[in-house]
Amino acid sequence: MTTKTATLSSTSHQALTEPKAVRWLLTGLALAFLVLFLVVPLAAVFVQALEKGLDAYWAAIIEPDALAAIRLTLIVAGISVPLNLVFGISAAWAITKFKFRGKAFLITLIDLPFSVSPVISGLIYVLLFGLQGWLGPWLSAHDIRLIFAVPGIVLVTIFVTFPFVARQLIPLMQAQGVEEEEAAMVLGASGWQIFFRVTMPNVIWGVLYGVILCNARAMGEFGAVSVVSGHIRGLTNTLPLHVEILYNEYNFVAAFAVATLLALLAILTLVAKALLEKKVRH
Amino acid sequence: MGIQIQNISKKFGTYTALDQIDLTVPSGELVALLGPSGSGKTTLLRIIAGLETPDTGSIHFNGEVATQRHVRDRRVGFVFQHYALFQHMTVFDNIAFGMTVKPKAERPDKKHIRKRVNELLLLIQLDNMADRFPSQLSGGQRQRVALARALATEPKVLLLDEPFGALDAKVRLELRRWLRKLHDEIHVTSVFVTHDQEEALEVADRVVVMNQAKIEQIGTPEEVYDHPATPFVFNFLGHVNLFHCRESDDDQAVAIACLNGIDTGTVGYVRPSDICIRRNAEAADDIAAEVIFIQGAGALPHIELRRLDNGETVHAELPRDQYRQLGLKTGEQVFVHPTNVRVFAPNYQI
Repeated sequence: MTTKTATLSSTSHQALTEPKAVRWLLTGLALAFLVLFLVVPLAAVFVQALEKGLDAYWAAIIEPDALAAIRLTLIVAGISVPLNLVFGISAAWAITKFKFRGKAFLITLIDLPFSVSPVISGLIYVLLFGLQGWLGPWLSAHDIRLIFAVPGIVLVTIFVTFPFVARQLIPLMQAQGVEEEEAAMVLGASGWQIFFRVTMPNVIWGVLYGVILCNARAMGEFGAVSVVSGHIRGLTNTLPLHVEILYNEYNFVAAFAVATLLALLAILTLVAKALLEKKVRH
Repeated sequence: MGIQIQNISKKFGTYTALDQIDLTVPSGELVALLGPSGSGKTTLLRIIAGLETPDTGSIHFNGEVATQRHVRDRRVGFVFQHYALFQHMTVFDNIAFGMTVKPKAERPDKKHIRKRVNELLLLIQLDNMADRFPSQLSGGQRQRVALARALATEPKVLLLDEPFGALDAKVRLELRRWLRKLHDEIHVTSVFVTHDQEEALEVADRVVVMNQAKIEQIGTPEEVYDHPATPFVFNFLGHVNLFHCRESDDDQAVAIACLNGIDTGTVGYVRPSDICIRRNAEAADDIAAEVIFIQGAGALPHIELRRLDNGETVHAELPRDQYRQLGLKTGEQVFVHPTNVRVFAPNYQI
């Protein structure tokens, strides 16, 4: 009896999977690809950075220009992420919980930054706010400097990272529907009460997920920032731009040392993302 | 609190959901809105709650106009088909929600809220589940929590949208009897939407049968079942056999079964339980038929027959003892005799 069931289950198990060789081949291919294109480059960054020892590595990081780049990157992310958090939540809330004209247009607009090359996004800002741009003369008359200055960098970063939070929340909130909100409304809750006590707790993990992705992009953005920053050392250089400058100066150890900071950020982001995904599934 | 509904119409684009509805729900009654899907019953319920705005017409609560009043000021309790419980809150917090969102001046203190929630938990027989989350409850338990949550703010009107629609047959039956008992205890004016005629007939004081954006009939369960006003009501409240009437005597019942004469276009409606089956022809208008299917299980065995004259199918339901006595077999030839025939004006369509 036992043997019979055992053979039965093993045959049905075999029927559902591929032969051993195929399984090994597919897994091996996927692993080889991952190692070649992700692990090796990442390891190379750290190897290059530490080539001349820990002292050289450390010196590259505490050098004033590097510290200024770190500071500026943190400032840019510190401004653009909270703003996009507010924008993203409001946009998702409006799109999923209310009916209004022009909703489809709004959704398209939210996707725009994803569909436009970041360099183009930067150029648009130069065209608008640069000295030769449409608003340039007015801005310079009022002594406001956006392009080749920190405000310009913040603006393009906000533009480029705009979709992350909204895009994360819209499907989530759509799937949840409006029944819970309606129930809260019938029970006498005000708009704010509904938002903070019913809607937000249901999407909080989605919001955090969106913030993590938004932050990673805000700190790592190169193309758009590169166009509007002007690469002024110690003033308008973010971390990615600083890496590029050092590299172009053949200062490989310093370039890779600073790059490790961005690599660490990426790893941290992935870990946080994995932890959140685990949390959401429970 | 009584509800008066006057001349309510609602369109969604070109689709008419409600067409000039008038309805009065007397204070303290339990009223069922019964109809097939798309008949407008849920829309009417949502308009009473204020979740939907009517295109025309007005809603009065106890004579006071409530049409412009915001949902949160209407003091209604609403129970959703899929419960709509707050997923991230415990059973206790779900029930307490309505009390905790009140403006500070009106909000009861914590002790009072606790007492009220505990009372309601006893009422719904879930007093040991206060700390559970909705995902840890069964469907029937969730719906009871939803009901307690709606009752917590002491609404003047309780509205239920297909409250048992998502539950399995047995839980449904238990829960609707429980709802009836509950209503007899607290007497809050209640309106519930259902597409299940059995549910409406068993639970409601009064049944409102709706079809295609209009009300077909309003009456007690006995009235709508025994004296349906339209063919639609007749058909919707149970199975039905159609007999085409022939022109002959003025007596309807005879006229219908009469095999001679010209088809007048009039249709007679007969419930399966009003069909007599016998082995020998006893009256001139008995119809010869062949037994084609027998479903003997259940309280009322179901027999399907084919008329020998025109090939139409006749459904009959017999009491168990009579069914046993007859000892019918498939393929046998018998005679059927319709009783209690209802005739409606010929221009009616189902």
